[in-house]
Amino acid sequence: MEYETVIGLEVHVQLRTQSKMFCSCRADYQSAPVNSRVCPVCLGLPGALPVINRRAVEYTVMTGLALNCDIPRLTKFDRKNYPYPDLMKGYQISQYDLPLAIDGRLQIETEAETKAVGVTRVHLEEDVAKLQHFPADSGGYSLVDVNRSGVPLMEIVSEPDMRSAEEARAYLTTLHSLLQYLGVSTANMQDGSFRCDANISLRPAGSEEFGNRTEIKNMNSFRSVFQALNFEIERQRRVLEGGGRVVQETRGWIEGRAVTVSQRSKEDAHDYRYFPEPDLPPLDIDPVWVEEIRGRLPELATQRCARFQQDYGLSEYDARLLTDSKAMADYFETAVCLQALSGDALNSHAKQVSNWMLGDLSGLLNQDNRDISESPVSPESLVELIGLVGDGIISVTMGKTVLEEAYNTGGKPRRIVEERGYTQISDTSAVEPAVFEALEANPRAVADYLGGKESAAKFLVGQVMKITRGQAKPDLVNQLVTAALDRAKAGVD
Amino acid sequence: MAAHAASELWQLSAAEASRLLADREISSVELTDACLERIAAVDDRISAYITVTADLARQQATDADRRIAAGDASPLTGVPMQIKDLLCTNGIATTCASRMLAEYIPVYDATAVARLREHGAVLLGKGNMDEFGMGSSTENSAFFPTRNPWDTGRVPGGSSGGSAAAVSAGAAPFALGTDTGGSIRQPASFCGVTGLKPTYGRVSRYGLVAYASSLDQVGPIARDAADCALILQSIAGHDSRDATSLPDAVPDYSAALTGDISGLRLGVPSEYFAEGMDAGVRAAVTAAIDQLAALGAEIREVSLPTTQYALACYYIIAPSECSANLARYDGVKYGYSHQGDGDMWEAMERTRQHGFGPEVKRRIMLGAFALSSGYYDAYYHKAQQVRTLIRQDFAHVFEEVDALAAPVSPVVAFPIGERTDDPVRMYLVDVYTLPVNMAGLPAMSVPCGFSNGLPVGLQLIGPHLSEDRLLNIAHTYQQATEWHRERPGI
Repeated sequence: MEYETVIGLEVHVQLRTQSKMFCSCRADYQSAPVNSRVCPVCLGLPGALPVINRRAVEYTVMTGLALNCDIPRLTKFDRKNYPYPDLMKGYQISQYDLPLAIDGRLQIETEAETKAVGVTRVHLEEDVAKLQHFPADSGGYSLVDVNRSGVPLMEIVSEPDMRSAEEARAYLTTLHSLLQYLGVSTANMQDGSFRCDANISLRPAGSEEFGNRTEIKNMNSFRSVFQALNFEIERQRRVLEGGGRVVQETRGWIEGRAVTVSQRSKEDAHDYRYFPEPDLPPLDIDPVWVEEIRGRLPELATQRCARFQQDYGLSEYDARLLTDSKAMADYFETAVCLQALSGDALNSHAKQVSNWMLGDLSGLLNQDNRDISESPVSPESLVELIGLVGDGIISVTMGKTVLEEAYNTGGKPRRIVEERGYTQISDTSAVEPAVFEALEANPRAVADYLGGKESAAKFLVGQVMKITRGQAKPDLVNQLVTAALDRAKAGVD
Repeated sequence: MAAHAASELWQLSAAEASRLLADREISSVELTDACLERIAAVDDRISAYITVTADLARQQATDADRRIAAGDASPLTGVPMQIKDLLCTNGIATTCASRMLAEYIPVYDATAVARLREHGAVLLGKGNMDEFGMGSSTENSAFFPTRNPWDTGRVPGGSSGGSAAAVSAGAAPFALGTDTGGSIRQPASFCGVTGLKPTYGRVSRYGLVAYASSLDQVGPIARDAADCALILQSIAGHDSRDATSLPDAVPDYSAALTGDISGLRLGVPSEYFAEGMDAGVRAAVTAAIDQLAALGAEIREVSLPTTQYALACYYIIAPSECSANLARYDGVKYGYSHQGDGDMWEAMERTRQHGFGPEVKRRIMLGAFALSSGYYDAYYHKAQQVRTLIRQDFAHVFEEVDALAAPVSPVVAFPIGERTDDPVRMYLVDVYTLPVNMAGLPAMSVPCGFSNGLPVGLQLIGPHLSEDRLLNIAHTYQQATEWHRERPGI
């Protein structure tokens, strides 16, 4: 029996606003002392009232537009009622039946194909407080940190259009990149600003009906999602092939054991008793405002990728790598546009920037596990370096050394070259003595060359480079060594 | 009212006190002391106060006198007041008359309270009430019932019973109450004082402990319309902390008290004079309407056919919102917390079992049921649709008339314990006040006579944001009558 996998994803994204969703407490709580980003509103104290954060609404509309959604004229908030110690008011202000954005789609690419995954809705709600649990042997209690309570949370719900763990992963990475491009979120799975739950079921291939689905939670990285989904596909297949029924339930991914485990909890049984939030009047979304936001949408990854190929003559491969993150693309474009070049000169310069970025600079950053936004070498510095090599002041090899030093010290390339005296020596009279020295110190190599071993010349060139500490202009060294060896040959002949 | 002997200072209305303070004929300290003495003299018999803040009051009075001397005063500077215990007062116990919050001390002031503080009003203490605002007699207070100063065997009305009783007995020149289904107007009428529920959104709800979010409002209870005008002036207006507060400008309410209502088209809704009404109430209200006619109003019979649905509608919407608003009381963060064996869920359940009184529990359960899956459409959703019809009914009527005159309640103050066994019988006391909250309209209760020695209130209802008109009608009536000057013998 052939089974088809059906996957839908729910992603919760913390928005990068200054204030929380319903109060003016600062939303950047990650490094704040516990219970310091709080006020009567996000604490849910008696008498406190919510007020809508306009920027959060704007970011959600922006995201909806970037996902090709419709933005309905009328939207409202609703109360989602359930008791839990991390939910200060005993209800969460969310959106139920009139969300901010509906009916969108996200284009994804896997090895196999390009397809559009439907986006059912994008809505806005508030995050809950953070609980810290101490097991019985440590006292058996839990602590509540209210800092996170009230942080704006955008929920993106996909249609059940994905058919494999690959597609799910592609959806997540594409969505992730999109959100970073929009600048609406730091969208980081590690610090909790990008969270994913999956709904997955199997059905006989060709069937139109959905099978029982399980909800998978607690996946903390794209890799976890991929693994968890594959595990679940297998688990469900075994159940069905054994003649059983898949239980509709919530399961948690246990990273350490690489399995999903049933989490039949009270929450499964919840009737949230949704009703319209009486403290917040419904919103009339002005279409003019929506168009204004659409006009401000930053260029998204795929568009930028195409433009880099067109405007700078980059290969699709390079363009793809450079637009993978907005930070990379921004860095690249800043570097490329520093000088007002055009035509071939521009393309050539762009290629240089691309090479250095994707090669040595990425190498250095990867070693430190750093993002381009943390690069100690600025686009200006990189361009300076490229200029020094291009003008022949230093060799390419020396350039790599200078880059590494600039990376380590934060210094400017030109200054480094001057201070270290790395300037390429291109003066014949300065190089000649080194050539003489190399030949004198390596008679065996000279003899080998005269005996017909061409590669000995290369060895001697290397020795000259060593003596000149890499600073001699390679072409010149080649030329002089060849000339010296020819003279030796003539002398012998 | 001529003499200003110390023993009569507590009889001053807010406006009178304001004048005497401004003229430096009396000091706020003297006035405050007189009020505190009056509280000490009568409160053991009426229990209008949950907390008396004597030291704070004297401190504030001293500050007020300084301000007045410096010429830096506003009309309410130095005038003592009571605040219903449903409004948050920074650093001062705010119990909502519930075991759940018996020891709760807020860390901020409600906006209405803060505004009065800024004006320099003096806080005498917090007023007793029905628990969390749920009730019509103040018998649902977790601590003790308040007694009507006119007959201490009877209820003062509710839920702002402590506030109305205090003003009635002279234990405060004015009070801030709240009204969700009649909780300012009904106790004002039972106690023979003047009360005003503003248009929904006219006064900020920030800091008002929520019962029914789409219905709750804060308003004044005082000796007359002129006082209500002064108080409303100080608390009304947009608040950025309350998304439901109206941006509309606040008019000069005192300037609107022209004393002239000639040509006013006054509607009398037939549905508000139903069978079963107390005869004395009917007589007093009818006489009041006649009086208004004599003062120049043109009386018209009107009809509000949806009146009969308001009770059912209210008792679905209010409990629904309350079931969510009271979900936060779980003993985890503040307030009463049941300690004992069992896990977290048990502790939460016990906290709510012991922390809430029976009426509160009743309404939470009603609300949870009305919102539950499978019932939402038939109850909550339907009630909201009916609510729209009620609003439209009033809007329609206000195309023909400028205001409505009706009773506040079909009954006068009833004996303590008479209706506590039958919740619905208790709910029926508010049939004429509830529709007004459903429509979000302003309304007042104005003393208009007595029935068997107990006060009767005339209800004036106006269109959206017509507080100035209502205050003028009440003021004009009060210039021509003496009912509001009557005092209980206590």
